[in-house]
Amino acid sequence: MTSHSSPTRSTRVSPFAFLRDERFLQVLSQIIFFLIIGVIAYWFTQNMLAALARQGMQLGYGFLTETAGFDIGEKMIEYSGENNFARALQVGLLNTLLVCVWGLFFATIIGLVVGVARLSTNFIVSRIAWVFIELMRNIPLLVLLVFLHGGIFLQLPRVREAIAIPGSIYLSNRGLTIPWFTLTPAFSIQVPELQGFNFSGGLTLSPEFSALLIGLSIYTGGFIAEIVRAGIQAISKGQTEAARALGFSWWQTLRLIILPQAMRVIIPPLTSQYLNLTKNSSLAVAIGYPDLLSISNTISNQTGRSIEMITIIMAIYLSLSLITSAILNWYNNKVRLVER
Amino acid sequence: MTTATVDRKILPPPTERYTVLGWLYKNLFSTWYDALLTLGSATLLYLVFAPMISWAFTTAQWEVINANLRLLMIGQYPPSELWRIWACMYIAAIILGVSWGMWVRGMREAGIALIVAPFLFMLFPSLELNDRLNLGGIAFAALAGFFIGRARGKSLSRLTTLSWIVYFPLVIFLVRGLNEEKQFFGVVGSNFWGGLLLTFLLTVVGIVFSFPFGILLALGRQSSLTFVKMFCILFIEVIRGVPFITIIFMSQLVLPLFLPAGFTLDRVIRAMAGTVIFSAAYLAENVRGGLQAIPKGQFEAADALGLNSFQTMIYIILPQALRAVIPILVGQFIALFKDTSLVAIVGLYDLLGIARSLLAQPDFIGRQPEVYMFIAAIYWIFSYVMSYISQRLEVRMGVGER
Repeated sequence: MTSHSSPTRSTRVSPFAFLRDERFLQVLSQIIFFLIIGVIAYWFTQNMLAALARQGMQLGYGFLTETAGFDIGEKMIEYSGENNFARALQVGLLNTLLVCVWGLFFATIIGLVVGVARLSTNFIVSRIAWVFIELMRNIPLLVLLVFLHGGIFLQLPRVREAIAIPGSIYLSNRGLTIPWFTLTPAFSIQVPELQGFNFSGGLTLSPEFSALLIGLSIYTGGFIAEIVRAGIQAISKGQTEAARALGFSWWQTLRLIILPQAMRVIIPPLTSQYLNLTKNSSLAVAIGYPDLLSISNTISNQTGRSIEMITIIMAIYLSLSLITSAILNWYNNKVRLVER
Repeated sequence: MTTATVDRKILPPPTERYTVLGWLYKNLFSTWYDALLTLGSATLLYLVFAPMISWAFTTAQWEVINANLRLLMIGQYPPSELWRIWACMYIAAIILGVSWGMWVRGMREAGIALIVAPFLFMLFPSLELNDRLNLGGIAFAALAGFFIGRARGKSLSRLTTLSWIVYFPLVIFLVRGLNEEKQFFGVVGSNFWGGLLLTFLLTVVGIVFSFPFGILLALGRQSSLTFVKMFCILFIEVIRGVPFITIIFMSQLVLPLFLPAGFTLDRVIRAMAGTVIFSAAYLAENVRGGLQAIPKGQFEAADALGLNSFQTMIYIILPQALRAVIPILVGQFIALFKDTSLVAIVGLYDLLGIARSLLAQPDFIGRQPEVYMFIAAIYWIFSYVMSYISQRLEVRMGVGER
């Protein structure tokens, strides 16, 4: 047997060897990427500045302190046309938050109830839940909203012929009137009553707000229901059987055994549904509810500051998304299975 | 000691058989609260559906749909060029038929429903004779495709996959046209696209054109190049963190400012640009899911075979990753189909936009319930059918599992 002769390696290094060096190539490709992005960004900016210059405008956010001059129908804080644009944006942001918070609340409840109902052994209950889920999941939210607003709320009779629903709830073309509490002089519940051409007492929600809130709640509720169903089905059947063997009732089993465990499966997809609801609330612009986006549209139509307004809006929605996901991540860490 | 007879044949447990009353008892009235639930939900059903059904057959005036059916379906698309739309539908019917015959076993009801659907559509009174003939022709094309697919079996598999991939760009080409001079096969400008046609085109363009960007973004996010990675993460997270409607506004209002003076894009193209950007960010996240599912051994094996990183991606990783995310991509297609309705807010005439412009006409004031219910039904049927078929196929073909 002959021994292997190792090939003699040339010690001469090519002057271009660095071209095959992976570290060098990485740096080079990043520089090229950086340059391409930079050139495109520069080109866009130059075009934009030129276009603005032709219109005799400059970029800047100073206009926010100018007088707004338009009124807003629904507001939670003091506002009139004499206030400035920044104040108008605050009104819009609060309106968005209002519909989001109530929407998240109702969507969660609807989702839980329908998700549990979907798994019911009662045939008719589980079928109704199935129809509800499939309806919500396969219709665009915007179509649902314009249908609720233009097709239902605006077609309702006038106040005097309002449709009464048991529980002192009235539906009319003014919107949804519900009993509401008051704190002055002392806590008491006010029931709406028809007096003349309007309701006295209670709370009347505008058709826009009602349509948006109902639409967001049932739409997101349909998606949450599927998540809840999947979460409950992920818990092994032995858990239910063990709980029943211990003498837990159906309700106790669900509340104490199944849901706490299902939560761990439910939370991550639920987070993205909550984020979707927050983002979807911007569809208010299509039905005329004065949310953040519709007010910013009004401002941008009045001032022509579309670039500034778009950046503000994107920044606000981005922070809303980040806050929502931060809260839910914190909660997720709390309910997470602590492994030994 | 007695020995058990081991050779006794083990029978499956008897299947439960119910009489009608037995079924009712088991499923509706097994306990008192079950009975209460049944009665309660039956009442609820009655309270909700009885007024709706009586409204639909008495008060509702459906003439608005009938009179504007063409507008709702294709918008202002010139009638002389209508054959192109029919051609797209014939081709779709044939490919769908062949795929169904080849890959789908069972699902007989769904298949029959799909074949019957064009015949049901023929019942619209406002359709002309040649519309009806074409609808019938489409059904027969699908049926013919089905039998070809079933007879030739898997031998057409590769061709069919290829034709699905080619189909979507072909649709864009057919609808738009080629010839700038308006003779044969002239360009039909995007301002003529409307109705359901525009909804579909926006979806198809959104998915097809976002594909390369989405894959690049996903790869960029996985990249070891810090700057590229940060850029991709920033892009994806910003787009996913803001509502779609702000991106549409941006594409309508801000995008024109970014382009040099005198260079204009029309509104539909701008909306498509927004859709592509939006869809690319979501697609990137889905593809990333597929990339992360690839075991590390695949990379190491490719390295060991001497493939460079580009070859590894193209030949080894991407084919597996994309295959794994097919079901999610179908889901994204359906979601985008619904989301394109948002372009109606910026005044485009997609299915919803046309409906809103119809309702602004004095003739059709107060017809909101009818029109919105009709378009909701259209959206519902398409997205339900697509998701139903894709779910069944997933289970049947084991797509995404391998």
